[in-house]
Amino acid sequence: MKIVVLIKQVPDTTEVKLDPRTGTLIREGVPSIINPEDKNALEEALKLKEQMGAQVIVLSMGPPQAEDALREALAMGADEAILLTDRAFAGADTWATATTLGLALKKIGDFDLVLAGRQAIDGDTAQVGPQVAEYLKIPQITYVRELVVEDGKVRAKRAIEDGYEEIEAKLPALLTITKEANTPRYPHAGAIMNAYRERKVTFWGVKDVDANPEQVGLQGSPTQVKRSFSPPPKEPGQIIKSGPAEAAKELVAILRQKNII
Amino acid sequence: MDFALSEEQQMIRKTVRDFAEKEIRPIAREIDTTGQFPWEIIRKMGNLGLMGLPIPEEYGGSGADTISYALAVEEISRVSGSIGITLAAHTSLGLYPIYRFGTEEQKRKYLPHLASGQGLAAFGLTEPEAGSDAAAIKTTAVLDGDHWVINGQKIFITSGSIADVVIIAAVTDKSAGTRGISSFIVEKGTPGFRPGRDEEKMGLKGSVTSQLFFEDCRVPKENLLGEPGEGYKQFLITLDGGRISIGAMAIGLAQGAFEAAVKYSKERVQFGQPIARFQAIQWMIADMATEIDAARLLVYRAAWLKDKGVRFTREAAMAKLYASEAAERACFKAIQIHGGYGYMKEYDVERIYRDNRLTTIGEGTSEIQRLVIARQVLGEI
Ligand SMILES: Cc1cc2nc3c(=O)[nH]c(=O)nc-3n(C[C@H](O)[C@H](O)[C@@H](O)COP(=O)(O)OP(=O)(O)OC[C@H]3O[C@@H](n4cnc5c(N)ncnc54)[C@H](O)[C@@H]3O)c2cc1C
Ligand SMILES: Cc1cc2nc3c(=O)[nH]c(=O)nc-3n(C[C@H](O)[C@H](O)[C@H](O)COP(=O)(O)OP(=O)(O)OC[C@H]3O[C@@H](n4cnc5c(N)ncnc54)[C@H](O)[C@@H]3O)c2cc1C
Repeated sequence: MKIVVLIKQVPDTTEVKLDPRTGTLIREGVPSIINPEDKNALEEALKLKEQMGAQVIVLSMGPPQAEDALREALAMGADEAILLTDRAFAGADTWATATTLGLALKKIGDFDLVLAGRQAIDGDTAQVGPQVAEYLKIPQITYVRELVVEDGKVRAKRAIEDGYEEIEAKLPALLTITKEANTPRYPHAGAIMNAYRERKVTFWGVKDVDANPEQVGLQGSPTQVKRSFSPPPKEPGQIIKSGPAEAAKELVAILRQKNII
Repeated sequence: MDFALSEEQQMIRKTVRDFAEKEIRPIAREIDTTGQFPWEIIRKMGNLGLMGLPIPEEYGGSGADTISYALAVEEISRVSGSIGITLAAHTSLGLYPIYRFGTEEQKRKYLPHLASGQGLAAFGLTEPEAGSDAAAIKTTAVLDGDHWVINGQKIFITSGSIADVVIIAAVTDKSAGTRGISSFIVEKGTPGFRPGRDEEKMGLKGSVTSQLFFEDCRVPKENLLGEPGEGYKQFLITLDGGRISIGAMAIGLAQGAFEAAVKYSKERVQFGQPIARFQAIQWMIADMATEIDAARLLVYRAAWLKDKGVRFTREAAMAKLYASEAAERACFKAIQIHGGYGYMKEYDVERIYRDNRLTTIGEGTSEIQRLVIARQVLGEI
């Protein structure tokens, strides 16, 4: 079985700060990490590898520094790593990102399973996984927290608002994995050493994936960020400090006053 | 000159920090209160290759350099001094002498088990009447046929009663002075080897510090570590490396106290403003930040020299001396910034202060470090 895991390198913070002047992300001083749910996706792939044998390839599009995220994935147990990096890929929206990843997946070829994180903690759209599946015209199951691969099919438990759905799809299929699926392993210290000393990350540019420059990067992006801004900070909550009976009364009065009850 | 950590060093640090935050932080206070030895954490650290970082892979270690190892001790100690010292003593004092001085058979026999964290290693030098004056040890080992017969007592041995293997120093030729000391590998359960009580300590309560007794303890001849008469030289070399790890432990503890103090100073309001706005508090924080950084540079430099294979006795002594005393000052200030709350067990700085107290004593007191440094500077006078 061949499993490709899509990995995005993101700044290590859930509060992405924006430069109020330029509207761009402030990345200085913020360490980069593997997007948390992509680690869950990788963990699922590594579990499948242990259970039934599989080749696990990690694939990312990003600047050259994203190599670190891929090295970490190698240390965790991935077999191969590919970084899509090229000036022409820059400025991609989710569609251009999905197109680029899709082209790379076609080049990798005969994969059985593509696993993505549910959502990136910086861009936050949760669109890339589904768009890659659409691009490749393969089945997709999103919000997966449990999965089984059997007889050329994948069966997955998918979280919905008030419960679960169990969905079966033929392989190849793309699944997006949520953080509830598992606890990602820590890399072994020796594997960290080997990830740098003995393993390699393959770099692919526009030509390597046979992309038409108009399909990718800023040019291939139907949407563009016009303006970014931070939401106004939340006002501090109000704490009622009196005893339980008093507090309940005060609370009810406030809720009434605000027409909530 | 390049002050940046390599990529693998950065990833080791990140991984260990992540592990310490998620796995150790939730039990750090508890092991200080109960004195329970955290076996489960040690096993997990073993599975991640953290119990044999600087040992080559062929002997079951992770093949990391000394800087990576120091980073790991620092990051673990930032969250728990008890686990920090357990890691430091196991690696620098237990594994390292076997790796450095052991025969090929000894390395093959002991290292894979110990470096993978399936068992702990300890180092027994100190005795009731031989602390700073380590050459004054009274424990003896006499060759009798195929065995060495060991008699004597050790005290204050980190992990002594729970280790699978203890490296001990004993006198094999009284007339030869420091050249009459040899080291032995003693396995747990060897007849005649008996741990005494574990000490009740001021801090580092989640680590074990033991008395060890040897009464006609017979160890096989091949358990002599390296050559006879080399023991004194061996433990001086071992302690040079150990000092890097105690320095790293001190930095980690200081960093933990520092972070707690910074956070608290922004939250605590007095006179209508966060106390961090008072210059008196700011100066304490500035001093802590500066001294912790200076300590870090000294410790990393000593580790770097060790990796280069050049002599680092003086630099390790400086690093250990400065880091432990800077950490003492940082922990003091962290409590000062917390006011009365800092004196309470509810706040981590109270524990960190107690844990750090050891760092100016273990593996050579500050006075002994100064003595070592002065000797290196002045030569024979
Ligand atoms: C603050 C911000 C705002 C943005 N706003 C928009 C916008 O409004 N419209 C728009 O179209 N684009 C926008 N983008 C750009 C676009 O979202 C990203 O470039 C795109 O790469 C990833 O989308 P996402 O971060 O939402 O990922 P998600 O769709 O949330 O990511 C889901 C999963 O897809 C995979 N994945 C995502 N990106 C990559 C990658 N580069 N390499 C490998 N796998 C990947 C991962 O498995 C990830 O867990 C924005 C980016 C940022 C940082
Ligand atoms: C928690 C803990 C863990 C330990 N773990 C181990 C271990 O794993 N293995 C091991 O072998 N030992 C271990 N030790 C022992 C430790 O190394 C000794 O305690 C230390 O070396 C000091 O020896 P001492 O306690 O006998 O003090 P002493 O040597 O009696 O010192 C008393 C005081 O006299 C000063 N002094 C002594 N000589 C001089 C001098 N020449 N000039 C100036 N001042 C001097 C000292 O600096 C100190 O202030 C541990 C100790 C502790 C507390």
